[in-house]
Amino acid sequence: MRALVWHGKEDIRCDTVSDPEIEDPRDAIIKVTSCAICGSDLHLFHNFIPAMLPGDIMGHETMGEVVEVGEAVNGALKRGDRVVIPFTIICGECDQCKAGNFSVCQRTNRNKKLADKVFGHTTAGLFGYTHLTGGYPGGQAEYLRVPFADATHIKVPDGIPDEKLLFLSDIFPTGWQAAAQADIQPTDTVAIWGCGPVGQMAIRSAVLLGAEQVIAIDRIPERLEMAEAGGAITINFENESVVERLNDLTGGEGPHKCIDCIGMESHVMPSQPDTVLDRAKQMIGLETDRPHVLREMIYVCRPAGTISIPGVYGGFDDKIPMGQLMNKGLTIRTGQTHVNRWSSDLLRRIEEEQIDPSFVVTHKVPLEQGPEMYKVFRDKQDGCVKVMLTP
Amino acid sequence: MNFVSNMSNFARSKGDPKVLSAGPSSLGLADRMARALGWFSIGLGAAELVAPRMLTRALGMEGRERLVRAYGLREIGAGVVSLSASKEAGLWSRVAGDALDIATVLPATRRDNPKRHAAGLTLALLAGVALIDFVAAQAATSRYSRGNARRSYRDRSGFPRGLHAARGAARDSETPTDMLQTPVQVEALVKETTVSSRPHGGETSGREGSSSPPYPPEIP
Repeated sequence: MRALVWHGKEDIRCDTVSDPEIEDPRDAIIKVTSCAICGSDLHLFHNFIPAMLPGDIMGHETMGEVVEVGEAVNGALKRGDRVVIPFTIICGECDQCKAGNFSVCQRTNRNKKLADKVFGHTTAGLFGYTHLTGGYPGGQAEYLRVPFADATHIKVPDGIPDEKLLFLSDIFPTGWQAAAQADIQPTDTVAIWGCGPVGQMAIRSAVLLGAEQVIAIDRIPERLEMAEAGGAITINFENESVVERLNDLTGGEGPHKCIDCIGMESHVMPSQPDTVLDRAKQMIGLETDRPHVLREMIYVCRPAGTISIPGVYGGFDDKIPMGQLMNKGLTIRTGQTHVNRWSSDLLRRIEEEQIDPSFVVTHKVPLEQGPEMYKVFRDKQDGCVKVMLTP
Repeated sequence: MNFVSNMSNFARSKGDPKVLSAGPSSLGLADRMARALGWFSIGLGAAELVAPRMLTRALGMEGRERLVRAYGLREIGAGVVSLSASKEAGLWSRVAGDALDIATVLPATRRDNPKRHAAGLTLALLAGVALIDFVAAQAATSRYSRGNARRSYRDRSGFPRGLHAARGAARDSETPTDMLQTPVQVEALVKETTVSSRPHGGETSGREGSSSPPYPPEIP
């Protein structure tokens, strides 16, 4: 089969690889009908997250049709079922899964010892996201082996196009969880940094959850326009001060809830000197991330407010204003998405036409064009917001 | 080039796909030029740091070893940046560095320098490298620019029933208890505390709803 394979920094190739095989009775194989490139794939593209090896298949946003099941899948799935595969692999049985904390399932990371050393304790196995999270082959391919398939799936009905359902795998529940864990109240102003795909979903989630005011921050005109279409007031940080404008919009008190949909790769520009310093330190290995957004959110957030962080961070960040955070009594909620916690509710909202996640797709191309599309997506060329791939 | 990817198969299980043949890479010509120049820069910079006298003697520029070492650090820096995701910055800094190198070597071509022929040859090489750096920097800048084309996404609300209908449509969604900002049982405590902790005994004496003097009093 063909698959998008990581061969080194900024080196993605559409290779011919062997087909996946069932190796555990709880496995299933799906024939991929659609997959996507995620913003967090770019951290791997730039080799900012360690433990990728040449030959690793990329991709964690996948859907398709079940073509083979292991004997212990026990009727949870059968051949022909149409499924969206969450990016987190879950067992459904451990204490964390039972508590609904699926992204920290204790059983599915097959490199548990490595993760224990690096993170303190392991988190869930992920598709296509380094050997720290199990080294599982990803779904930017023609076929995908799904471990723990009896739990790791979202069954979806026929009759709804892939574009509307694919993002149940990651970005839609990610944006939703980002908003949900901010516990939005009807009087809240919610500020969202980043108008990429997750940011766009977070904006719409905040609107659906009834925020009084949703403010979106970015610099790319098309992304700001898309954010505005979704109900946000927009701030272009290249043209104005984010802190001043947020204070203007909130009577000087700051937003109640702040959502970081940027993560570790804040844009570098001279007018934000901390980003230049972070970049320089990254180049010589003194820092792994560029947490400008985190610093700005902590500064501008209203005292006793909540900071929600769906944005991915890799390792060690400098100059985090803990004094501001502590003295203002801010709450931080963060984590990878517990996809299965939200999937039934979000599927229902799609079926009831409350939301159509396909708005975010700007480029739909064959899998073979994937390597080139990594660059188009990374550089936001041609108005690119989200790339969907069809094997 | 399956050798490298095959070597890492030790980290894969039986059911994991293995690379059989590699396809075209996302690395383009601009990327490969940046990498080659980045490593060249690091190598040259290391040589300038470690053996500056060899260079100054060859060019008849004895006494300028400290300057050569400084240029070596600069070259290494430009190399590191050229190998990073910000390769355009690295390549353009190489172009600037080439101009500096040319300006530094040019006086060594004067007639009274017995090594002027070597200096002249070095100058020619520097000019050649500067041209390559310039071409590479241009290629990287144009490859990674967003371009001027603009698309309109005004019609992409994502709400089939419209934005107005979407506002608050998910208020029926219950926030999980582990994500509530203020646990319900605290609300009553807060109300109770706010009433009983008013200054002057908490009695309002018919001033219910009227504004009270600020507490603590503001400093005039």
